[in-house]
Amino acid sequence: MGQEQPAVRLRNISKSFGPVQANSNVSLDINRGEILALLGENGSGKTTLMNMLSGIYFPDSGTIEIDGQPASIGSPKDAFGYGIGMIHQHFKLVNVFTATENIVLGLQDKGKFDLAAAADKVRSICDTYGFDVDPQQKVYDMSVSQKQTVEIVKLLYRGAEILILDEPTAVLTPQETDKLFAVLRNMRDDGKAIIIITHKLNEVKDISDRVVVLRKGEYVGEMVTAEATTQEMTNMMVGHQVTLNIDRPDPEMKYRMERIRVSHLTVKNREGITKLDDVSFSAFTGEILGIAGISGSGQKELLEAIAGLQPVESGSIEYNVDDNVTEQLIGMDPLKIQDMGVVLSFVPEDRLGMGLVANMDLTDNMMLRSFRSGFSPLADRKQPKHLAQLVVDELEVDTPSISTQVSKLSGGNVQKVLVGREIAAAPTVLLSAYAVRGLDVNSSYLIYDLLNRQKGNGVAVVYVGEDLDVLLELCDRILVLCGGKVSGIVDGRTTTKNEVGLMMTKLGGGEA
Amino acid sequence: MVHIVKRKEMPFAQTVAVRLGIIGIALVVCGVITALMTGLNPIDVYGTMFKGSFGSPRKVWILLQEVAILLCVSLALTPAFRMKFWNLGGEGQVLAGALASAACMITLGDKVPGVLLILIMLVAALAAGAVWAAIPALFKARWDTNETLFTLMMNYVATQIVAYFVIVWEVPKGSGNIGIINQSTEAGWLPKIANNKYMLIVILAVLLTAAMYVYLNYSKQGYEISVVGESPSTARYVGIKVNKVIVRTLLISGAICGFTGLLLVSGSAHTLTTTIAGGRGFTAVMVAWLAKFNPLVMIGSSALLEFMESGAGEISTIYGLNQSFGAILTGIILFFIIGTEFFLTYRVVFSKKKEGVANV
Repeated sequence: MGQEQPAVRLRNISKSFGPVQANSNVSLDINRGEILALLGENGSGKTTLMNMLSGIYFPDSGTIEIDGQPASIGSPKDAFGYGIGMIHQHFKLVNVFTATENIVLGLQDKGKFDLAAAADKVRSICDTYGFDVDPQQKVYDMSVSQKQTVEIVKLLYRGAEILILDEPTAVLTPQETDKLFAVLRNMRDDGKAIIIITHKLNEVKDISDRVVVLRKGEYVGEMVTAEATTQEMTNMMVGHQVTLNIDRPDPEMKYRMERIRVSHLTVKNREGITKLDDVSFSAFTGEILGIAGISGSGQKELLEAIAGLQPVESGSIEYNVDDNVTEQLIGMDPLKIQDMGVVLSFVPEDRLGMGLVANMDLTDNMMLRSFRSGFSPLADRKQPKHLAQLVVDELEVDTPSISTQVSKLSGGNVQKVLVGREIAAAPTVLLSAYAVRGLDVNSSYLIYDLLNRQKGNGVAVVYVGEDLDVLLELCDRILVLCGGKVSGIVDGRTTTKNEVGLMMTKLGGGEA
Repeated sequence: MVHIVKRKEMPFAQTVAVRLGIIGIALVVCGVITALMTGLNPIDVYGTMFKGSFGSPRKVWILLQEVAILLCVSLALTPAFRMKFWNLGGEGQVLAGALASAACMITLGDKVPGVLLILIMLVAALAAGAVWAAIPALFKARWDTNETLFTLMMNYVATQIVAYFVIVWEVPKGSGNIGIINQSTEAGWLPKIANNKYMLIVILAVLLTAAMYVYLNYSKQGYEISVVGESPSTARYVGIKVNKVIVRTLLISGAICGFTGLLLVSGSAHTLTTTIAGGRGFTAVMVAWLAKFNPLVMIGSSALLEFMESGAGEISTIYGLNQSFGAILTGIILFFIIGTEFFLTYRVVFSKKKEGVANV
């Protein structure tokens, strides 16, 4: 492909946000008929770089050439003009419109508006590449994967030749991912240039032709996927040798006891839709219980119900203090649970919106759990300051100081602050939702390690995850949710990715 | 092409210098506009404004008292604002406190001894203001009603209730005015300090400022307010009862407004009218925002606004200008101050479109 003109040629692109240098002097080529994986840790500048290509940001310096012609991309509209389209992590679709209506939305073609013709064109695009979309289906009836498909078709309809996908598989099941990859390959074979941003090395290996690695905003190198191993990719991305195996120590059977027993739990959300339906399971001390499922299958409600944040329709959640004393957690709010002496730590999915206060500094965020202690009407900031410093030192949080707002930290560091605080309370139960979402390899492994240490201390750890490879390597048992019901509980050591994937999409499966 | 780019963080000293520079530029612009619109010498006009505020000890004390009262209302709104509860009902809450104080003075003036009367008035004014603020707070907490509209509407209700009682208590009948309450006995009037009737209000405002600063920044309740304001779901997550904090904070906010009503009736005006709050409930919103909800900075922002206000009054009398001219000058200065915030965080970069290159 080298002899051809590259579709996109980036030269010496730099971009900074205030004091943060997001990209410096990045140069790379993107070819037609090729799937390029853009790899890098959090904050390595992948998304920023692609946002400059899709017109969301404008480079501070450097040049962009499209098909050999200098280009100035000042807005997403300009980007479309050059045939560049980007699929973001959050979809931008109108729920009450059909697929076709969403696809033509905002187009200003000359002449009469012909929805039927548009639907035909959508159908023909789908047939060409193997998309599975009903042009008349309303968006609110669609699964996440279908919505994503609509976004991709939308770009193709508008004549996009260069497609950028920002972590497209984060929300998909393994089967849906395979489907997506199949259409991406079809598009590649049709001569489109495709760039995929992802953290998952297995997928990089699976789908891409070439890998470009960014580190700290700079281009560090590239390799042909077929000639590289995931270990080599990781090393280049991180900058030093790392081990890619997740530890899974055997649970300490001697002290094993049932810590939490959930029986027949049913939860409805505010709109009266059943989110959890007759869910029963137990979490044991010294064990990591994984929870798998397509996003929105009730994971959030399950953890929040245990943490006392979610009103419950029926069922019970029992907490065993020891072999003789049992407390009922239903009807308790977080404060009452705390007052009962139950140290229940919770790392929620929404780190900055729920686990932390984005606009407060590290010290004030450390206080969230403990600020009530003592009789003085004034809040003590001495202890939280110590704790903040301790977390920064122990977990190597990259922050200018402990009086920096957490919103200014990168995703991995935010998570370290949150997990650090929750673990500092010396919990007996640790609930975590998507604890490594958006985190780079280094930070992820640090989190796995922290969870394993808690398990070693006899904590009952509940790990809600989305990456099945990780769930299978880390967890002792895996509970699979499907549409709010328990599809089954399997042994993490013996199950397969395929089995769990199938249980996520339809009820039934093994019991462990 | 024009691009807006975020700046590197500026050192504190530099931001202060920029702000002062901007006020200088604002004064120059005001001067040019004054000269163009009125034909007067702007230096003379500024001199007159200055004299109007600081011309005599009495003028200085009046200015100080006005600043103190505006400051009290601003301080009252601040805890609610920190919680992102947009209390626009300061006007009505001040009126409620003023009405309660006046009611005590009129009905109990000759029945209970002076000190006791002031204590009763204090309790009544605090309670009246608190209730007036707690009503929208309860609705917000329970049914998530829009507090901005609700508190705003409560102002008009308060005005009408006061209008009713002004007629009930009017002296003489048919005048539509209450006149000076307890003029002969001075019952329920705040005492003078060192023969200065303004001193007490100023001292109280200073104490209140310090107390509010400590409450918001160092107390547990102040911390809860910040957490609820920044992220209600985080607050729930750590077991803070959001509804309780909303109502409690608005009780405090309203009570301080009620207290300001007492200061107005019992400390300075010694009468009750429907306009006694004088728009301070709204001006205070501006004071609080300009100071970014920092009580100490509010001393400066309330002083600036009161200085502009009294200066505007002075130039309108001396030069026979419309009172609105002062408002124009105030508007220009505020425009510059608020505009500065944008340029402190962002800078504007121009680049040539054709080459596709952003020059640094």
